[in-house]
Amino acid sequence: MLNDIFIAPFADMISAPDFLMQVLWEGLVSGILYALIALGFVLIFRSSRIFNFAQGIMVVFAALTLVGLFAMGIPAWISVGLTLGVMFVLAVAIERVVLRPLVGQPDIILFMATIGITLFLIGFGETIFGGENKVMITEELGIPTGDTVLEPFNGLLILQHLDITVVVVATLLVLGLLAFLNYTQMGRAIRALGDDHQAALSVGISLQTIWVLVWFIAGIIALVTGIAWGARAGVSFALEVIAYKALPVLMLGGLESITGAIVGGLMIGILEKLFEIYWGQPLLGGNTETWFAFVLALVVLLFRPQGLFGERIIERV
Amino acid sequence: MKDTEGYVTADGRQIGGTLMEMRNITLRFGGVVAIQDISFDIREGEVRAIIGPNGAGKSSMLNVISGFYTPSEGEVWYKGSKRPPMKPFEVARQGVARTFQNIALFEGMTVLDNVMTGRLTHMNAGITSQALWWGKARDEEMENREKVERVIDFLEIQNIRKTPVGRLPYGLKKRVELARALAAEPSLLLLDEPMAGMNVEEKEDMSRFILDVNDEFGTTICLIEHDMGVVMDLSDRVVVMDYGKKIGDGTPDEVRNNQDVIDAYLGVPH
Repeated sequence: MLNDIFIAPFADMISAPDFLMQVLWEGLVSGILYALIALGFVLIFRSSRIFNFAQGIMVVFAALTLVGLFAMGIPAWISVGLTLGVMFVLAVAIERVVLRPLVGQPDIILFMATIGITLFLIGFGETIFGGENKVMITEELGIPTGDTVLEPFNGLLILQHLDITVVVVATLLVLGLLAFLNYTQMGRAIRALGDDHQAALSVGISLQTIWVLVWFIAGIIALVTGIAWGARAGVSFALEVIAYKALPVLMLGGLESITGAIVGGLMIGILEKLFEIYWGQPLLGGNTETWFAFVLALVVLLFRPQGLFGERIIERV
Repeated sequence: MKDTEGYVTADGRQIGGTLMEMRNITLRFGGVVAIQDISFDIREGEVRAIIGPNGAGKSSMLNVISGFYTPSEGEVWYKGSKRPPMKPFEVARQGVARTFQNIALFEGMTVLDNVMTGRLTHMNAGITSQALWWGKARDEEMENREKVERVIDFLEIQNIRKTPVGRLPYGLKKRVELARALAAEPSLLLLDEPMAGMNVEEKEDMSRFILDVNDEFGTTICLIEHDMGVVMDLSDRVVVMDYGKKIGDGTPDEVRNNQDVIDAYLGVPH
């Protein structure tokens, strides 16, 4: 038994390094998507202290809109542009109809409001696009679908072109967001708003503008994740689940931390894959990916309640 | 208003015309009257103080000026025209910068980033330009950095530029807050108890900076303070408030000899 837990998995890893690389690569692909989604959560949380429960449904909604528009005969890339437009309108509407009237309410009320947004989007999406599963327009968007086979250590490593594209696009988006947040005035305003509302107002930051902006960014993230995940698993309301995978990422990374979201996302993506292949399947009958991340987060929280990268909680007495 | 020609201060500085004028301001919270029918003006280039015992309504007055409160009655005139009810960020964009009594800084950000947010009122580049870090946004960022570095040098906080604000001691935080307000190149700088909670040395530093700011940049300053000694040394003219009413207005000497003011500070048997 101890051998199975502590020795055999590592022996397997060493004896088949090419397979280990395959596992790591697949972990990286989902990890970067988790990181991206977690970033969407963090941005909204930092600028408005709202835990955005609707992030998941936004992924579905963005993907549905894209596929729906394309089905109406609009060229693929124009559909992408229009979908971005729809996400922007959604951001403005959420700010105008939901957030603005609730300014100054306790956090939990705003959290409930995002659950309301979720329910609304589910109903609205089903009414307009129907509830049946759809196929992501991968080829029409020019996303390559082949694969590249490498042979490291005389073994076999298969890289799906789709996965490579996802990694590249998501990485660019994450880096772009980081640069935007750190080196532009608008980005500084977003970070500032998260720290102190009063002070933000006093330097001329408009809450409304920033809120629309962060929800729009969350919308862009939703669209990219929707395309990437939709291409693998099809476009359905089940896609929403990927956002809940971001929850343990947030617990690990801390809701405040952008670095935390990225590192946490990659960590969970890779660790859950490793665990599934080397421990889950041989010992626990597999399918551990659904719960591993949550258990990991739970363990981390036991020792660091603020998450791995969250701001330290200091109580001034 | 009486004369808009301005006047010359005791130390020979020329003070300009009216920059801001409060006309019959009343502020009520439910049944509580925080400010009752107060009028006064702030001239260009002067250091104007609002003083009074605790609970006199000084901070409320500052919040009215900076748009955090909307007065129940009365008018605010700024740069020669009546100001419609505005949100605080709109007031900030009109050139009114402020600091807070309890320090409101962005704790998680570095000193440099905090001061840079002061430049937000001067931001013209659109979102696209900012997102792409191209054209206008980039030029603006360069220009902003230059101005910010000047303020940082001026307030002698170069050595902590990259330190997260949360780690700084109280006195320095106050100075960073001043730097952020200054970075906006305000027409009017509001300071809410800039010396509160400071030790003697820090107070002296802060006083020096306030005078230097007024001198070097010609910034009009309106400050609240209840340390009488400090106020008298710093300011050109003083408004005295007590229980929401104005009980004195004039040069420090005039105010110091005003019987109502003496009574308010020392207490009188009723």
